[in-house]
Amino acid sequence: MSSSALIMMVVVQVSVTIITGYFFYKVLVTPPKPEPDSYSENDDEDR
Amino acid sequence: MSKSTESWGSRVGLILAMAGNAVGLGNFLRFPVKAVENGGGAFIIPYIISFLLMGIPLLWVEWSMGRYGGSKGDHSTPFILDNMTKKSLWKYFGVFGIFTNIGVMSYYTYIESWTLTYTIKSLKGDFFGMDIAKVGQVFDQYVDISGGVNIPIIALLAFTITLVINIYILSKGLSGGIEKVAKIAMPLLIAFGAFLAFMAFSMGGTGRCESCNSHIGMDFLWSPQYDSLWNPKVWLEAAGQIFFTLSVGMGTIVCYSSYVKKRDDIALNAMSAGWMNGFVEIVLGASVVIPIAVGFLGLDWVKENAGFMMAFKTMPYLFNQWGHIISVVAGVAWFGLLFFAGITSSLAMGTPWMGFVQDEFDWSRNKASWTLGVFIFLLALPTIFFFEYGVFDEYDYWTGTVSLVVFALAEVILFAWVFGMDKGWDEINYGADIKVPKIYKFIIKWVTPLFILVIFLASLFTPKDNDWNAAINGEWVLDKSSIIGKILHIGEDASWLIDGSFTTVFYIDMSRLLLLGTFIGLALMVRHASKLRKQKLNK
Repeated sequence: MSSSALIMMVVVQVSVTIITGYFFYKVLVTPPKPEPDSYSENDDEDR
Repeated sequence: MSKSTESWGSRVGLILAMAGNAVGLGNFLRFPVKAVENGGGAFIIPYIISFLLMGIPLLWVEWSMGRYGGSKGDHSTPFILDNMTKKSLWKYFGVFGIFTNIGVMSYYTYIESWTLTYTIKSLKGDFFGMDIAKVGQVFDQYVDISGGVNIPIIALLAFTITLVINIYILSKGLSGGIEKVAKIAMPLLIAFGAFLAFMAFSMGGTGRCESCNSHIGMDFLWSPQYDSLWNPKVWLEAAGQIFFTLSVGMGTIVCYSSYVKKRDDIALNAMSAGWMNGFVEIVLGASVVIPIAVGFLGLDWVKENAGFMMAFKTMPYLFNQWGHIISVVAGVAWFGLLFFAGITSSLAMGTPWMGFVQDEFDWSRNKASWTLGVFIFLLALPTIFFFEYGVFDEYDYWTGTVSLVVFALAEVILFAWVFGMDKGWDEINYGADIKVPKIYKFIIKWVTPLFILVIFLASLFTPKDNDWNAAINGEWVLDKSSIIGKILHIGEDASWLIDGSFTTVFYIDMSRLLLLGTFIGLALMVRHASKLRKQKLNK
């Protein structure tokens, strides 16, 4: 691979992976909103 | 107004279902092929700019429209649009949000059934020992209608089974069906994709020809060619790919998010699902088909033959080159990931109809899902029986291409200009778990509508041979691939009968009439539903 192609591929793929990971991580660590929220699986949880 | 008690089970489930809606066959097949056709590395820059200026704004617009509609008890695009304005005409634009999904689902489920059949064939090792021509023949025979009884029995059976699986899952509801499938399918899809990408990265040169090296394939895909940035066709293709890949302009995102409650976030959810789709496309999708094909067949072969059908006519042959055991594993991974990508999308396509008839006619979930099954089955039959006459492509063009652009344009104009950008901006930010950059208020109001309008007009009046330079210099001759060119059958004999036999144009025109009739039928149902609403209000 040429160095320009390699740089382009690494920069784009690593950036997309990091951004995807960041947003998904933020979803996982953000505390749920007080009930009633949209999600039925946590309906029995105490607030 | 709905009595629906549907809801999502968890936030992660919602995001995986949304990402699954967007991740489809196009991530692995359309994106790399479009990149190859448009100069390799040059494609990625317009693609990313289109994502930032059109994709992300449309995601926020659709998520917020859906949540807004859901808060008023609506879960279908006609009445969600109707609720955002006082002009009743807008609800008929909302018909696109049901029509597109029914049209696309009818042929998409057929492709999905191919992936299911090919997963089983791969598992059985059916392709082992076959050369590339023989693998191609297997597919031709599978879809061909010129066999003994003029009906592709196996293809029809596989389609029916796939459709029944879809309908059964839909009948189980959002959290009990769609979300469960997304939670299994998405991780498996990513794992299968990562395995195939690893195989492609690690294979390198195979010594079969001078350019038979997977790294040459990657080099071709990623070498920046900045001069192509001045070619309008590359920009149009990149923007078109953003439409397909994010499933914007379909109504599925609006419908899914209508089950999100008013106080819950949509800004972060939209980004998480949208970027997850981007990851599957740019990181996994770009690393599988083209590198593996170049590794075994060379760059010249790929440049000449890259296309959607490579998935079925070429990939099984390529996997054979890795030996019996790995070919089975790779075949199952490849067709399995395509099946998962397909089913998570087709389930999303079924939801707008379900939301519509449950809301407006008080149908049960079972009745809504099984009527959808019958509808899709009947609408799909022409694509199966008349596949070789181009009916399949015709469905894809009108429902899977043109309708998306029309509906997305209507949505963004309604959101930014009729509903009002200030109200719209508040809607996007309400309950948001991230800070939405303020520049997007300007982008949604001005840039995105103009971007989509240019795409629509360019598709309507595409110049001959996509020669934009000649067109801009005053020689604007319509290409047969333009929307007008297609309607008028420019450059072809439009006769329906030649020597007593129906022509391809006849089958194409009949399929157009069928799709038009479907749209009109749905519009009449919306009109009837609107009257029922008025009667209920007057009681």
